[in-house]
Amino acid sequence: MFEVLSNETLAPNLHRMVVRAPRIATARRPGQFVIVRADRGEERIPLTIGDADPAEGTITLFVQAIGASTRRIVSTPAGGSLRDVAGPLGQPTHIEQFGRVACVGGGVGTAVLYPLAKALAAAGNEVTSIIGGRSSQYIILADELAALSHELLVTTEDGTRGRKGFVTAALADLMADPERAPRLVLAVGPVPMMRAVAELTRPHGIQTLVSLNPIMIDGTGMCGGCRVVVGGESKFACVDGPEFDGHRVDYASLMDRLTTYREFEDAARCAADECRLGEVANG
Amino acid sequence: MANDLAMKERLAIPRVHMPELDATERSRNFAEVNRGLEMTDAVREAQRCIQCKHRPCVDGCPVGVSIPEVLDALAAEDLPLAARILRGDNALPAVCGRVCPQETQCEAKCVRGVKGDAVAIGYLERFVADWAMANPDRLGQADRPAASDRTVAVVGAGPAGLTAAGELARAGHRVTVFEALHDTGGVLRYGIPEFRLPKEIIDSEVEQLAALGVAIDCNVIIGKTLTLDQLRAEFDAVFIANGAGLPMMLDLKGENLKGVYSANELLTRVNLMEAGRNPAATTPVIAGKSVAVIGGGNTAMDCVRTARRLGAQRAMIVYRRSEAEMPARVEEIKHAKEEGVEFVMLTAPLEIIGNESGWVAALRCRRMELGPPDDSGRRKPVPVEGSEFDLPADVVVNAIGTRANPLLTATAPDLDLNTWGNIVVDDAGATSLPGVFAGGDMVRGGATVILAMGDGKRAAAAINRALAG
Repeated sequence: MFEVLSNETLAPNLHRMVVRAPRIATARRPGQFVIVRADRGEERIPLTIGDADPAEGTITLFVQAIGASTRRIVSTPAGGSLRDVAGPLGQPTHIEQFGRVACVGGGVGTAVLYPLAKALAAAGNEVTSIIGGRSSQYIILADELAALSHELLVTTEDGTRGRKGFVTAALADLMADPERAPRLVLAVGPVPMMRAVAELTRPHGIQTLVSLNPIMIDGTGMCGGCRVVVGGESKFACVDGPEFDGHRVDYASLMDRLTTYREFEDAARCAADECRLGEVANG
Repeated sequence: MANDLAMKERLAIPRVHMPELDATERSRNFAEVNRGLEMTDAVREAQRCIQCKHRPCVDGCPVGVSIPEVLDALAAEDLPLAARILRGDNALPAVCGRVCPQETQCEAKCVRGVKGDAVAIGYLERFVADWAMANPDRLGQADRPAASDRTVAVVGAGPAGLTAAGELARAGHRVTVFEALHDTGGVLRYGIPEFRLPKEIIDSEVEQLAALGVAIDCNVIIGKTLTLDQLRAEFDAVFIANGAGLPMMLDLKGENLKGVYSANELLTRVNLMEAGRNPAATTPVIAGKSVAVIGGGNTAMDCVRTARRLGAQRAMIVYRRSEAEMPARVEEIKHAKEEGVEFVMLTAPLEIIGNESGWVAALRCRRMELGPPDDSGRRKPVPVEGSEFDLPADVVVNAIGTRANPLLTATAPDLDLNTWGNIVVDDAGATSLPGVFAGGDMVRGGATVILAMGDGKRAAAAINRALAG
C-alpha cells in the first residue's frame, strides 16, 4: 500500500498528489512514469512522475480524472492509500546542456512537461516555457515553471489569460527571433498540439521531442498495446518511450488507436454522470 | 488394502475419463472445463499403476515427482500420505495437474502405455493436490528446518520463481519474491485462462508459500525499481525468473489497426484484468464477432477459446502448417474443436485489411503446402502461388510467440546473454555472475510451465549447496 500524503485540486478534474513510494523516489529520473491502481479491480493507469523527493521517500503525481479508475485515484484523500504504484517505468529524458530549449505544454500535458523543464533548467539550459489551455482555469504550474524558466509564455484559447490562441503561435514567434530561437523543443499535450508543434519546427530542422500517451496495460513491454509507429517502425511507448522524435511519429495512427475504447469510456462516463443527469431531469 | 490387487486385476481396469463441462455450454462461459475425478474413480485409476521397479514416469517428470509412491498411497486411499509426498516434490501440484503436457512427459514413459493406455498421472496429481487444498487440517504440519539466516531474492512470481521460493523456504532460507505486476503467478495468472486454471488455484498455492515464510513484494520491477546490483548487495543469492514477456510482432501491414491484439494483450486484459468475464471489471476488451488467431501453440488455443467465450460467432486458428505440426497440446486442440473453433490450416497471413474507420475488416491470407522438412524437423510450408484470399475478421490476435524482456538485463551489463537476449546458465542454473542464478522462459525462450518449474527446483538445489558451502 502507498500512503497519500496530500491531494489538492489544481484545475477542474486535475489533482496534484504526493505519495509515499521510497524505492521509486530514489530510482526515478525525469521523464519516467508509474502505473497506479487505487484498488483491486481498477484499471492500471500510467501517470508521469511530476517530482520526487528521495530524502522524504515521496513522489508527486498529477492525475486527471477522466474514467472510473482515475476518479478512484483522485478521490483518495490525504491519509488514505493507493493499492498499487509500480515504477519508475519508461526511458528517462536525455538531459544535457543544449543551450536554448523551448518547453511547450498543452493542458494536462504541462504536468508531464514540468519535471523535464526542471531537469533541463538544472542542467544549465536557458528554458522558455510555453503553456496553453482552453481558458485560465486550465493553466497549471505557471508559478512553478516561471520560477525555473528564462521566460514563461501563456496562451489560452479564449484569451482569459495570456495571449489568445494556441501555443504554436507563441512558439512561432520565439523561433522567428534569432536572439531567442531554441535548439531543442519539447512538446507535451494533446496529440494534435504535438503534431502542430512538430510540423512547425520540421522545416527549421529544430530537434523536437514529444511525450506520447497511448493506451497501456502493464507498462513493462509485455502486451504491446502501447505500440506507436515511429520512423515506420513499431515502438512500445512503455519501454522505448514515452519520448520520441516528434518529426518521426505517425500521429494519425496514434490518434486513431487512442479511440479504440471510446465506446467503453463513454459508457463509463455516462454511468458516472447518470445520477446527476437523473436529478436534473427529475428536478 | 485396496492396492493389494493382483497384476491381472490392475491390468483389467480401463483408463478413467475426465468429466468435462458440456462443450456448447462452456464455450460461452469461463468455468473450468475439466471437472476433476471423483474419489472412487481416482483410487481405481491409481490401482492401474503396476508399480514397476525402474520408474520411467519419474524420469519423464521435469521436477522428478515420486509418482509411483504418490499413486500407491492414493490406491490405498491414504490421501494425507499421497499429498505429503506430492507436495514435497512439487511446489505447485494443483497447477501442474492441470496444465502440464503429461502425454509427452510422465505418461509418455508409462509402461502401461506400451500396450494400451498410460495411467492418467496428470488427473491423479490434480486429484491429490485438490484434496490437499480442501483438507488442510488432515495433512499434518510439515517439518520446517531450522532457519538458516541466509537470504535469497527471487525475481518473478511465476512458475519458476514460486517453485524456487518454495524449495528455498523449505531449506530454511529467508526468501523474498519480487513481482513486477500487481499480483502473483506470472504467466499462470496473466496467460493461462480461468477455464484451464482457475485463479483461486494460484491464490491457494501462493498462500502455501506465504505459510512457509516466503515474502512476496509485488509492484517491484527489477531493472527499474531496484537493480540486480542492489539485490546482490542485499541478498546472499538471487534467482532470476522474469519470463519471456515481450510479444514478437507480425511485421504485417495493418498491424496497428484497432482490433489487432498480441496474445499477451488479449489474455492480460481478460485473465489479469478480468475484462469480459467479470461485469465489475473496469478494463475493457474488444470482443470480436469474427476472430482470427494466428499461431498453433497452446497460447493460440487459449486466445481462440477466450475469443469464443467473449462471444465470437466465428473463432479461427490460422496456422501455416497442418494440424499434425501444431505445437499445441492434443487436449487443447480437442477442446477447441468441441467448442466450435475453426481450424484454418496451411494458411499464412499476408496483411491485415482495415475499414474506413481504422478497424480490422479482414485478414488477407495465402494458402501453403508442405515441402521437405526444415531445421526443426517439421515439413516446411511453401506458398501456393495465386492462392490469396481474405478471411473476414473484426479482431486479429497475434499468437506467434514471445521473446526475452530486456528490462532487467539492460541494467545488468555483466550478465552473459545469448543472441536472443536470454540469460546464459550452466546445468545448475548458475549465470556468469557469482551468486546469481536464472531459469524459466528468461533462459529458455517460450517453453512450458513445468520446464520453468524444473529450472526453479534445480537452481534452488544449487543455491542451497552454495549457501551451505
